[in-house]
Amino acid sequence: MADNPNSIEIKPGDFAPLDKQAGPDNEKIAAPSLTFGQDVWRRLKGNKTAFTSFIVLILLFLMAFGGQALYHHDPNAQSPKYANLPPKIPGVNIHGLNGHIKQSGTDVDAYKQAGAKSSVHYILGTDYLGRDLLARIMYGTRVSLEIALIATFIDLTIGVGFGILSGWKGGRVDLFMQRIIEILSSVPSLVVMVLMATAFQKTGMASIIAALALINWTTMARLTRAQTLQLKNQDFILAARTLGESAPKIAWKHLLPNLSSVIIIQTMFTIPNAIFFEAFLSYIGIGISSPQASLGTLISDGQKNFQFLPYQMWYPAIVLIILMLAFNLLGDGMRDAFDPKSKR
Amino acid sequence: MRKYLLKRIFYLFLTLFIVATVTFFLMKLMPGTPLQNEAKLTASEKASILAQYGLDKPVWLQYFIYIGGIFKGSLGLSFQFSDQAVSYLIGSRMGPSMQLGGQALLVGVVLGIILGAIGAIRKDTWADRLATILSILGIAVPSFVLAILLQYYLGLKVQLFPVAGWSGFTYTILPTLALAASPLAETARFIRTDMVDVLSSDYIELAKAKGLSKFGIVYHHALRNSLIPMVTLIGPLAAALMTGSMVVENIFSVPGIGEQFVKSILVNDYPTIMGVTIFYSALLCLLLLLTDIVYGIIDPRIRLSGNGD
Repeated sequence: MADNPNSIEIKPGDFAPLDKQAGPDNEKIAAPSLTFGQDVWRRLKGNKTAFTSFIVLILLFLMAFGGQALYHHDPNAQSPKYANLPPKIPGVNIHGLNGHIKQSGTDVDAYKQAGAKSSVHYILGTDYLGRDLLARIMYGTRVSLEIALIATFIDLTIGVGFGILSGWKGGRVDLFMQRIIEILSSVPSLVVMVLMATAFQKTGMASIIAALALINWTTMARLTRAQTLQLKNQDFILAARTLGESAPKIAWKHLLPNLSSVIIIQTMFTIPNAIFFEAFLSYIGIGISSPQASLGTLISDGQKNFQFLPYQMWYPAIVLIILMLAFNLLGDGMRDAFDPKSKR
Repeated sequence: MRKYLLKRIFYLFLTLFIVATVTFFLMKLMPGTPLQNEAKLTASEKASILAQYGLDKPVWLQYFIYIGGIFKGSLGLSFQFSDQAVSYLIGSRMGPSMQLGGQALLVGVVLGIILGAIGAIRKDTWADRLATILSILGIAVPSFVLAILLQYYLGLKVQLFPVAGWSGFTYTILPTLALAASPLAETARFIRTDMVDVLSSDYIELAKAKGLSKFGIVYHHALRNSLIPMVTLIGPLAAALMTGSMVVENIFSVPGIGEQFVKSILVNDYPTIMGVTIFYSALLCLLLLLTDIVYGIIDPRIRLSGNGD
């Protein structure tokens, strides 16, 4: 028996109690716990394109809203003597930025021609009335952004309110409200905007904002309604109702936080849309009117001289394009960040 | 199906009725008359001109006449071109707009599908990135900026195409390109997303396992299934084309409806503004209805029902 290799003698002394602390703790959470917001921010930072867009947008906002504090030039001050001067940055000698211009084939110093002192220089040149183009672009960007942001805020409020109400109430109310949206969205939005802008006649910020806000909210309403329909049958809402919470409070405390990602993503696409339509309306001449400037009016003004002074249109157009790009790319990034499961 | 159709057609008319009503009263709120050189006219001359346009009647009567007229295909008289009926104006300018819109749609959708498919097949490579950049640029560069740039660089500098006007096919190339950018971008983005989805489904795996060529898989299996949801893009694309046509036609002096619309806005020609508004709305409504019907036919999974959703 003792030769049997399979027989192992096990004595109680062979066992020792394991130290509870020493073993791996399966319950331990190694990474710091993140809130939803932190998690989104982390994913957004990981997305290079979106993060760059974010930085670019911050810079553009700083330029539009804080630029005038650093660059003391009145965007509306006219000096006809210095009209149509090309960009000139002292010390830079690249054609296009040195104040020279091609006139019938020969290179001419436009500043000398205008009899400007050597200290006079406009970083991005001047327009046909001798207004500083850089100052005007800053001012125009601010107007464009203000219009887009206010309009977006209004249509966010209307859209979310309408969507939640429609989804929450359901039944006849929902049916009726859906018909309104259906009718509104089968009218080409631009036509409505044109109508509103002409109807208010006093072309200017208020009429554009009203026109933009009135038409753009339907997508937001549709999205929030669909989400509300899903959410309202979930247990936590049922619990809140059982506990006697009032409907507005449920909407505010329980629905809105859960809708926030949909709302934020949609907002990121509404803003560039609003910027585009504002520029469009101003471009065809029924938006912001002349002494005021927006990116649309600047492009439209610059277009008149495009053949000879292309910079007058290029610069505002570039700002507009960068603005649209940044918002769209950030929007894409946000969508990925809020919904990591999405395949895009 | 029939019940659904009837319901939709009813809503179509309701929508158009509301559009016509709102437009009419908005336009009535505004100043502006068909009178030119108002100061020089005598009172009786003024009265006779106003009577010609039916403006001597009370507003509510004008409204009923207008709505009644729509059913007879009449949209009133233009203020700008005296004696010209708005419906005639629209009809005579429809050709160029439709041709331009059709060409732009064709170019945009075909190129968009190719671009989107390349993006999806070569996902996460430089080709995908290039396609994405192109399609994002198509959204970010407004049509009027693109139109001006095309006109200047390809029309004036290189002199490849005529700068403006409308007398032959070569004249349509630049405006078509300018107009096609936005449908191209939308289509490419849409197709890419959709095809990435389709390419990861099981039947594509099966097709690969059967040994089909890559082209065969993409063309016969992936693309066809990605194209079905494309139908839903018709509405937004048409709307985008209408928007674009207003500036593009203006920049290239194409005698189309969009150009006329902008002109009418600038000279306060209300009957024409109203007429074009109703025309555009009708066109979009019809396209949306058509979209839903076509979608129901080609994708049997979609059930047409009268109950929303």
